[in-house]
Amino acid sequence: MSAPPYAGELGLQLCHTCDKVCLLDTHECPRCWSVLHPRKPNSLVRTWALLIGALILYLPANLLPVMYTDMLGNGSESTILSGVIEFWRGGSWDIAVLIFIASVVVPCIKFFVLGLLLVTVQRRSRWAMPERSRLYRFIEIIGYWSMLDVLVVALVAALVQFRALSTIEPRLGILFFGLVVVLTMMAAMSFDPRLIWDAEKNDVR
Amino acid sequence: MSDNPYDPASTRTGEPDIRQRRVRISLVWLVPIVAALVGLSMVVQNWLSAGPQITVSFLTAEGLEANKTQVKYKNVVIGRVTGITLSEDRTRVIANIELDQGSEAFTREDAQFWVVRPRIGASGVSGVDTLLSGSFIGADPGDAQGTQREFIGLEEPPPVTFGVEGKRFTLRTSDLGSLGVGSPIYYRRIPVGQVVSYALSDDGKGVVVQIFVNAPYDDFVTSDTRFWNASGVDVSLAADGFKVNTQSLSAILAGGIAFRAPNYSPDPEPAAEGRAFQLFNDMSQAMAPDDGPARFVQMRFDQTLRGLNVDAPVEFLGVPIGHVVAVDLDYDEQSKSFPVVVGALIYPNRLGGAQDKLLAQIDGDGEERNAQLMQVFVERGLRAQARTGNLLTGQLYISLDFDRRAPAVVFDAHARPLMIPTIPGSFDKLQEQLQAVVDKLSKLPIDSLANNLDGSLNELRKTMEQVNGSVLPQLQSTLERSEQTLQNANRAMADGSPQRQQLTDTLEEMQRAVRSVRVLSDYLGRHPESLIRGRGNDAAPPSFKGGATSRELNTELQ
Repeated sequence: MSAPPYAGELGLQLCHTCDKVCLLDTHECPRCWSVLHPRKPNSLVRTWALLIGALILYLPANLLPVMYTDMLGNGSESTILSGVIEFWRGGSWDIAVLIFIASVVVPCIKFFVLGLLLVTVQRRSRWAMPERSRLYRFIEIIGYWSMLDVLVVALVAALVQFRALSTIEPRLGILFFGLVVVLTMMAAMSFDPRLIWDAEKNDVR
Repeated sequence: MSDNPYDPASTRTGEPDIRQRRVRISLVWLVPIVAALVGLSMVVQNWLSAGPQITVSFLTAEGLEANKTQVKYKNVVIGRVTGITLSEDRTRVIANIELDQGSEAFTREDAQFWVVRPRIGASGVSGVDTLLSGSFIGADPGDAQGTQREFIGLEEPPPVTFGVEGKRFTLRTSDLGSLGVGSPIYYRRIPVGQVVSYALSDDGKGVVVQIFVNAPYDDFVTSDTRFWNASGVDVSLAADGFKVNTQSLSAILAGGIAFRAPNYSPDPEPAAEGRAFQLFNDMSQAMAPDDGPARFVQMRFDQTLRGLNVDAPVEFLGVPIGHVVAVDLDYDEQSKSFPVVVGALIYPNRLGGAQDKLLAQIDGDGEERNAQLMQVFVERGLRAQARTGNLLTGQLYISLDFDRRAPAVVFDAHARPLMIPTIPGSFDKLQEQLQAVVDKLSKLPIDSLANNLDGSLNELRKTMEQVNGSVLPQLQSTLERSEQTLQNANRAMADGSPQRQQLTDTLEEMQRAVRSVRVLSDYLGRHPESLIRGRGNDAAPPSFKGGATSRELNTELQ
């Protein structure tokens, strides 16, 4: 096999903070004094834990109302999905699609992809390793777009305060939703994509 | 082991002490555990705070929306509609309502639910705020012991809400008039309550109206309080003028009930809750003393009774003592005529003191005594007569009066109903008299009169023709001649005509002659001797000097 050698085979490791290549037997980065690890420590467990936490919080985030709209004394609370349905019925299908993608599709894709990565890594699968690696980078990039919902609610609640005419207030669901986004982002961060490739070698880790 | 702890041999750098964590579970697992705990606590809290679930059925779901419509009591949200379904027979809609925790009072059997919508009625406008905010379900708790989960919603808001102090009463009336649920109750024109509900009585022959009188005023409803219908305008034309009597504008529009105890009521005590009263048509009826039992009498008239309506008054010597209840046509086989049988209700108690005194003279009881009294009256000449009460409309009323010239009739005091004998009405008399006049007129020899008149007129025409033919032309020539004469006279009298000149001269001559005579007489007065001696030369009168005129003479004389 003419594959390039692994850093561990050459007795090297990468500093997580400043990306300096250090010797494997040093414990501190000689440049930035941060602790050195060959791989992110406890990566799989942390990712699992954060992912499960996010999954649990995703339930109240969708079931609880995220926004309270009071138009001329006619108050109503809306969850994420009911908001999407309302926009769709109201004819603004573009906004409905946008919110649906940002608050339902993206988190679900993240749960699915992260779970897939974790399972395949634990099973030391060698299936589609470059694609999985690309998938991980994709997850990292789209992660924060889910905050769109939180931002919309925060912005609208701050702007629409006309007393009796109309008032919009955030509700508890948006807090859970924000936590879901943060936890999935943290889960993605704590996942070490190099583990995907470790399946090629039996003795690494 | 060495005693010296700083022994160089023992200070070598040994293997680092690697401590293994006894529990190999990462702290990061706290995140999902906390998340699960939070979720679980919310589920538990949700479960704990969930109130009772009830269903309320309405006729229509107008204004109701699932998950949106709220249930309010005193404008406090106590629950919300979670779903709307049709009933199995599809006649009603069923709103599933999730009440908040602590609203168990609203599941009691007599709790009430209704939809608050904007309503505009004669008695006012309500629910305006729901125009903007949308309808909501109003709730009213009950105080019954039992609870239930299925309610039947009211279509109208209940006029009396829970906890309002006051009393309910029942009114009986023959028809509802313009009353409705919510119609106000007035006491001395102050609104003190309202109509709560109404229903037909069980036999369908009347209306039972439930009213509610609010707390401080309910004590004024006493055991002999009279209620009357205060709807509409009461216009009366009496001897003292024209009167319009109303309660309030809203009572005119929406109807209303007023009540009051008669002034003469002896020590009144507040009526008990739920007591039934009679609802009178107007105040004068309500405040009138009790009429006592009514007696049914019949009268048989042999003439047309056009203008006699049911409810027309029956008067006894001008006092209204009853009213007509039936006007029926009858057929008399003997005379082959159609008499009219009038039935009337008479209230003997309306005779007041007269009744008591009269009845005291007669033995017997109740109806028997009245019949005997009537017999006495009929023997004295009491007759019924249909009289014209209103000349414009021709309305008739029945008058009971004593007519001493009335022919005697047989009166059966034991017949039921009593049959009061009648005499023809005043209007009929007038008609008879008119008939007599017409008869006399028809007896006149109008034909011969007309013939004579015609002959006379012919004579007159001939005379006139004569006058036209001969007299008039002669008259015309006479006139022409007289006109000529007048013209001649005129000409003779005109200025510068010789006749006039002669006349003037003649007159002047005459004037002079007269003057001469006067001068002569003056002269003779002064010189009487001249008659004998003649006139002396020196004594000539100055006026005979030359140039003297009559005018100068005049000035001299004056």
